[in-house]
Amino acid sequence: MMIITSGCGMTVLDPEGTVGEQQRDLIILSITFMLIIVLVVLILLTYFLVKYRERDGHRGYDPNIDGSVKLEVIWTAIPIAIVTVLSIPTVYTIFNIEEVPEASTENEEPLVVHATSSNWMWIFSYPEEDIETINYLNIPVDRPVLFKLTSADSMASFWVPQLGGQRYNMAGMETELYLQAGTEGTYYGRNANYTGEGFAEMRFDVNAIEESAFNEWVADVQEDAPELTQGIYDQFMVPGHVGEYTFSGTHLEWVDHAMDAEYAMEAWEREGYEPTNPHASDAPDGVPQLNIDVEAGSVETEDTQNEETPQEHDSHHHH
Amino acid sequence: MNLDWDEFIVTGEPFIHAGQISILLTSLGIIFVLTYFKKWKWLWNEWITSVDHRKIGIMYIIASMLMLIRAGVDALMMRTQLAVPEMPFLGEAQHYNEIFTTHGTIMIIFVATPFLIGLMNVATPLQIGARDVAFPFLNNLSFWTFFWGAMLFNISFVIGGAPDAGWSAYMPLASNDLSPGPGQNFYLLGLQITGIGTLATGINFVVTILKMRAKGMTLMRMPMFTWTTLITSLIIIGAFPILTVALAMQTFDRLWDTAFFTLQDGGMPMMWVNLFWLWGHPEVYIVILPAFGIFSEIITTFARKRLFGYTSMVFAIAAISGLSFLVWVHHFFTMGAGPMVNSFFSISTMAIAVPTGVKIFNWLATLHRGRIRFSVPMVWALGFIPNFTVGGVTGVMLAMAAADYQYHNTYFLVSHFHYVLIAGTIFACFAGTIYWWPKMFGVKLNARLGYWMFWLFMIGFNICFFPQYFLGLDGMPRRIYTYFPEDGWFSLNFISTVGAFMMGIAFVIFVYNIYYSYRYQPREMSGDAWDGRTLEWATSSAVPPHYNFAKIPEVKGQDAFWQMKQEGIDPNDIEEYQDIHMPNNTGTPFVMCVFMFIGGFGLVFHWWPIAIVGAIGIFACMIQRSFSRDDGHIVSAEEVRKEEEGIREGQAHENG
Repeated sequence: MMIITSGCGMTVLDPEGTVGEQQRDLIILSITFMLIIVLVVLILLTYFLVKYRERDGHRGYDPNIDGSVKLEVIWTAIPIAIVTVLSIPTVYTIFNIEEVPEASTENEEPLVVHATSSNWMWIFSYPEEDIETINYLNIPVDRPVLFKLTSADSMASFWVPQLGGQRYNMAGMETELYLQAGTEGTYYGRNANYTGEGFAEMRFDVNAIEESAFNEWVADVQEDAPELTQGIYDQFMVPGHVGEYTFSGTHLEWVDHAMDAEYAMEAWEREGYEPTNPHASDAPDGVPQLNIDVEAGSVETEDTQNEETPQEHDSHHHH
Repeated sequence: MNLDWDEFIVTGEPFIHAGQISILLTSLGIIFVLTYFKKWKWLWNEWITSVDHRKIGIMYIIASMLMLIRAGVDALMMRTQLAVPEMPFLGEAQHYNEIFTTHGTIMIIFVATPFLIGLMNVATPLQIGARDVAFPFLNNLSFWTFFWGAMLFNISFVIGGAPDAGWSAYMPLASNDLSPGPGQNFYLLGLQITGIGTLATGINFVVTILKMRAKGMTLMRMPMFTWTTLITSLIIIGAFPILTVALAMQTFDRLWDTAFFTLQDGGMPMMWVNLFWLWGHPEVYIVILPAFGIFSEIITTFARKRLFGYTSMVFAIAAISGLSFLVWVHHFFTMGAGPMVNSFFSISTMAIAVPTGVKIFNWLATLHRGRIRFSVPMVWALGFIPNFTVGGVTGVMLAMAAADYQYHNTYFLVSHFHYVLIAGTIFACFAGTIYWWPKMFGVKLNARLGYWMFWLFMIGFNICFFPQYFLGLDGMPRRIYTYFPEDGWFSLNFISTVGAFMMGIAFVIFVYNIYYSYRYQPREMSGDAWDGRTLEWATSSAVPPHYNFAKIPEVKGQDAFWQMKQEGIDPNDIEEYQDIHMPNNTGTPFVMCVFMFIGGFGLVFHWWPIAIVGAIGIFACMIQRSFSRDDGHIVSAEEVRKEEEGIREGQAHENG
């Protein structure tokens, strides 16, 4: 009963945007077909078991039936038909979600965001706006967002379930993903692909806000946020957790991890970080909380949040 | 590797200390019992050096069950950790990560695969009317590679540290940079050693089935389990070399700083993913096709009918085996391969549903007009049908790439593959073991305890895994060690954990049943314990003599033994006994595999002198084998007559 009542609240089946909606429709369609198949199998099984169980007065035993071309053709043809029926919308959707999602606003030009995973945090760069955020995202509502995904180290998967399906972040490569939020709100995003110790807490908030509020926020950040330097950025390459940060400028000025897979390893050397056997006596106790030294600069607007660790920060959204 | 001695033994975790103590006590216990009862010589002569396919099969099954207990305890620890949000049970993520990595690896490599190989060893040579497999020495070697590979992998949790990069060991996570320490090396070398034996088994069974069938047993008269063994063996030959090469490459990356899959020096981490699944997907069918074979045998036996659509069943297996090599990309649709590639692999994956569907309906039709006995093996086979169907249809859902972007890496996937692997493979391992138990040990397992186990396990299984579909749809990713109250995943996780413990209790009942049946069940003397249809039930005794058939039966159609019974032919009514040529026992494979273990252990810790000792030992055994002359031995007609008459007397005694 609880399963059924919680059904309408299931994140994936309750999307907020055109990409997620297409995927939900496909899922609902497939569930319908699959329920029918399971039901047919269950009914036939139950019927045969009841009718042909060994008992007094058993009738109809015929041990030598060895097949029926007619029946076998039928139950080969039906699965072929079902697979065909499911293939068409699948292929259609596969191609469709590679395209820019249709937007209901005047601004149909997608916003480009580079989402870079690093053990165990998320780095978001807005190249057009020349700003960068760590562990949270602000996006304008109703406008398509083109995510360019890559990784500084191990392979992660960028996933915001309510906005749409995930895609891998891989070092030395770039993948693309279109998403769009249809309603204002805060959506929970995370890394879905296992990346080691800090994986469970590698989550972030996606705040979908009005276009005007978004532009205002961008302007504020450009003006007030501390500038990202390579020295600061290198500290983010060291494995550990960090809070939320906002910077003006982006790391794309000196490295694009999609082109340079070795950068994080070089940063480790510069930062004096050496990986240790987790069972060694000098191994750290769990995932370290990194305290990134952002020199001077006025970061008052974000400062309060900096103190919080992502796991204590529980503003993610559930309907 | 700079390793201090205090790091060599893993410390700091209460569960690991308990493990260390129990390993020590168990080892001492075993040594004491064997010494006290003077059983060392018996163990060496009768089991360790045995080339008898049935004994090797039994050893495979026992070792797999021990591994099942270990990986099952891992599973229960994981489910306990996830039962409530922010559970402190296992402490930090590292411990959980090691547990799920070893759980997955052990279940696939050291439980599912060897368990089925064990059943193949027990049944297949008997089903085709052969006296042994084609290469008995190699068969013994295969078992010991599995055993010592498993041991090498298993000691990791008490010595040096367990691997923690997931059972799929994706690079660069599994590289020295991101998984430092010896853990991942245990994975690489443990699997490598085991893989040698699995490949050898594949070759062994292909040759056995193609060359050693009894007179009259054409390919299209072979029992379905033999067919699945044959096709599985062919898949093994196709797939395992890929794993061997991939493991070797990653081993080179970790031990000798090559750059096949690393971040540095132009390594290609994604190539690992491709190679892994090029083996890994066929592996899925390596562990499901024999299960299909087992269910086919059991359903025909207890519906007391011929298999419906035998020919199409054979073609369905062949089609599945071919398709199994064409769908590996569906394990990483989200890698952004482009819509064309994803569409191709989406459709090829869904296509597997067609032959699988044919098989499901053929099994259902086999029940039609049967006279169904609900014996313990049969209830497992019947339980398999609906549960596996649920696993299968969710597989089709996952195959729809655009939707898979939402399911990928979530509990939806976790639920799907447990529905196919447990309801398929594990149900089959239980069903097959119970079915062939009288053939192995001359006694049936107790039915009452059997039904208890079945119901507890099947209900527990559904309580455990069905909620996980919903957890996946609610956005819960796999492999997280904890979650938070506001995620809203608590109640379903808690239910799931309850189900897991029910399955655990069911397994305890199974183990108790083995003990109970050994003590109290009446002996099964006839050899035809279930009114069987295939040749394994035609040997003279419940436990077949080491030469299997005093006289090789002649096959005149499908379900050869059933046909003989219909025609009133007793295959054991033999007028004149003949000399039988059988292979000799050998200790070389055991010694060789111990050296593989030693060599592997040396490599794990970069201790080259030890690795070199292992390598020299392996080569020495190969040389010894190359120059030794062993033509086997002859069991004289007189000995065969005595043995067969002894068995007959025993049967008469029991009946009289």
